[in-house]
Amino acid sequence: MSQQKPLASIAAVESGLASQGYIASRQIATAVYLSEQIAKPILVEGPAGVGKTELAKAIASWRGLKMIRLQCYEGLDEAKALYEWKYAKQLLYTQILKDKLGEVLGGAETLHAALEQLHDFGDVFFSKEFVEPRPLLQALQQPKGCVLLIDEIDKSDAEFESLLLEILSDFQVSIPELGTIAAALPPTVILTSNSERNLGDALKRRCLHLHIGFPEQKLEERIVESRVPGISEKLRGQLVSFIHSIRTLDLKKQPSVSETIDWARVLVLLQASELGHEMVKDTLNVLLKYESDVEAALPHVTTFVASAGRRNAFG
Amino acid sequence: MHVSPAESIDAMRAVATVGFEERGILRDTLLLTLAKSEDEKKALGACFDLFFAQPQPTATKQSADDESAAVSGLQSAPSAGGGQQPQDLGPLAQMLLSQDTAEIAAAIANAAGAAGLAEIRYFTQRGIFQSRMLQEMGIQRLNDDLDELTATNPALAERLTAATDALRETVRDRVAQALLLYGREEAENLRNEILRNAPLARIEPRQVEQMRALIRRMARRLRERFSKPRKRQRRGHLDVRRTLRRNAAWGGVPFLTAWKRKHRDKPKIVALCDVSGSVARVSDFFLLLIHSLHEVVSDVRSFAFSGHLIEVSDILETEAAEEAMRDIMSKVGFGSSDYGSCFADFERQWMASVTPQTTVIVLGDARSNNLDPGADILRRISERSKRVVWLNPEGRLTWGFGDSEMPRYATFCNVVRQCATAQQLERAVTDIVATYH
Repeated sequence: MSQQKPLASIAAVESGLASQGYIASRQIATAVYLSEQIAKPILVEGPAGVGKTELAKAIASWRGLKMIRLQCYEGLDEAKALYEWKYAKQLLYTQILKDKLGEVLGGAETLHAALEQLHDFGDVFFSKEFVEPRPLLQALQQPKGCVLLIDEIDKSDAEFESLLLEILSDFQVSIPELGTIAAALPPTVILTSNSERNLGDALKRRCLHLHIGFPEQKLEERIVESRVPGISEKLRGQLVSFIHSIRTLDLKKQPSVSETIDWARVLVLLQASELGHEMVKDTLNVLLKYESDVEAALPHVTTFVASAGRRNAFG
Repeated sequence: MHVSPAESIDAMRAVATVGFEERGILRDTLLLTLAKSEDEKKALGACFDLFFAQPQPTATKQSADDESAAVSGLQSAPSAGGGQQPQDLGPLAQMLLSQDTAEIAAAIANAAGAAGLAEIRYFTQRGIFQSRMLQEMGIQRLNDDLDELTATNPALAERLTAATDALRETVRDRVAQALLLYGREEAENLRNEILRNAPLARIEPRQVEQMRALIRRMARRLRERFSKPRKRQRRGHLDVRRTLRRNAAWGGVPFLTAWKRKHRDKPKIVALCDVSGSVARVSDFFLLLIHSLHEVVSDVRSFAFSGHLIEVSDILETEAAEEAMRDIMSKVGFGSSDYGSCFADFERQWMASVTPQTTVIVLGDARSNNLDPGADILRRISERSKRVVWLNPEGRLTWGFGDSEMPRYATFCNVVRQCATAQQLERAVTDIVATYH
């Protein structure tokens, strides 16, 4: 794999991601290319299921890098994200050393000398041996670099954001007892957010801001093509065009790309060759996740199926 | 949109790596580096498109036949003995006649820079900028040339006239585009500023929509400012788990203590909104404001009254602003107000909802139609609550005149404010919510 070589061009990114089954729009490819070139994290925003997390996975597998994922949630703190001391091990060592204490201090004539000797291994307990690296520190320690995915950053507390700032801008962390640990190789950092809360300006400033929305019809067809290889071209066109009509409705949750792919898989399993009213009505629950949405969509199914069929016949 | 120096440096670095041959990629790059939200992306995208949509000089409008004829004419002109003529012309005339679009575009851009086109703010300035730009480009000389040519070489003069018209048109488009680019925000700000300071009761029907949009934006700003997780107070109960961990290195002897964090008081608000006939024109905005309060603060109970008082929390909580307002007005709106009996209603049924943490807001003109004002009830409410805030849409001068009971009520209120414009409304609400942070 080409992890050592810099990326050649935006087109290379596009084809590289495509080889992993991730069809990227030019904007996404530009963002990935730029983040590599100017060493900045990417902050990806967009509705659920448009492939934000998938993007990180695709980059990792394309570049042959390890992917380290940090799932954010409320109450996530540095002990879980950054590092923690191995308390049990520290405790165990103290117990063992208690017995050795006499031997170690045996040579000391005075209290002062004994203290001197104690000082010498006082620091031992807070050395790298006792640090338990959590995802963020792990990411910095990878010798070959890695893809660090910080998922759903908007779910974490505002304090946690501040914790990230040092890593995002300088790719280093400071541990009070050990000093600053810099990255062996700057990782490719991807943050995702569902915009549940507004992120701080300081965080946004350090990132490239990428918004992934619902893809255009052509792009979505290509995505379905790459993800669901068994589907016929006719069905694919009808399906994508049907979903685009569904998205014009006022729904609680719009079907996103992941739902399109799921639905395509279902239709292939049912061995459909083209979109039919009955089949759509039966499988609508794959696409829409709320009962009220299904009810809102049902009356439109017939027209949408018809127009999807028509569009396909001409287009 | 705020772009810090660090961000522009990043953007420049990014542009340097991708180059600027392809406009689409340049656009993506700038959107990625400068914009920080979807709204900003939209705004920046529009701005980018506008900036690069500079009208092309339309000097080549003539049909191809014409043009080739013109070119051959130009070439033949020197050989035909009139060769000195184009040389006599001013630089602008020569440029126009040679149909060099790139050069003309460059000249227009230069003139725009010299005339300070980026300073344009209002549409009334279009004329002056147009003439300034043409002046910069040497329209004077061109006119002289035209006069001269009309006498000596009418064919050439005709072509030059056409080219000049095209030039004027291009310059006009350029100025219009610049106005769109630089002036739009200014115009909007001006309009909003005027609206913010206009008395709510005197807003014309056509402005109501804009006013509502303004209040909605105000509500969003409040929400953004105050809906962040509340600052937590340290020191509460001992956090046993974290304390043990932290002190493991000392064999579990608690040298360092860790504390559970305690939540602060959440804002608790009880809002009483007058929707009677006398304040009908502003009650819309009051309700809109309370509706937005429901979005910002989780513990709000709101009541609407004119002749009697009802609780409207559920309506405001569940329905969209417009529907909720219609609903409430149809239930209790437009009656004649009776503050005394409404306060009595409140005391009878909902007094228990007022606690020492509660802020009570009364929105109304305190005109009780000479009925019993029930000031003693307000005193009891005031004693139970953290504080009472009265927002009155009338000016201070009229308080106490006619049937206004404001002075009597004011003694039991912690804060009394005039609240007639959107700006005053915003300040009042900001103050109320801010005391809890």
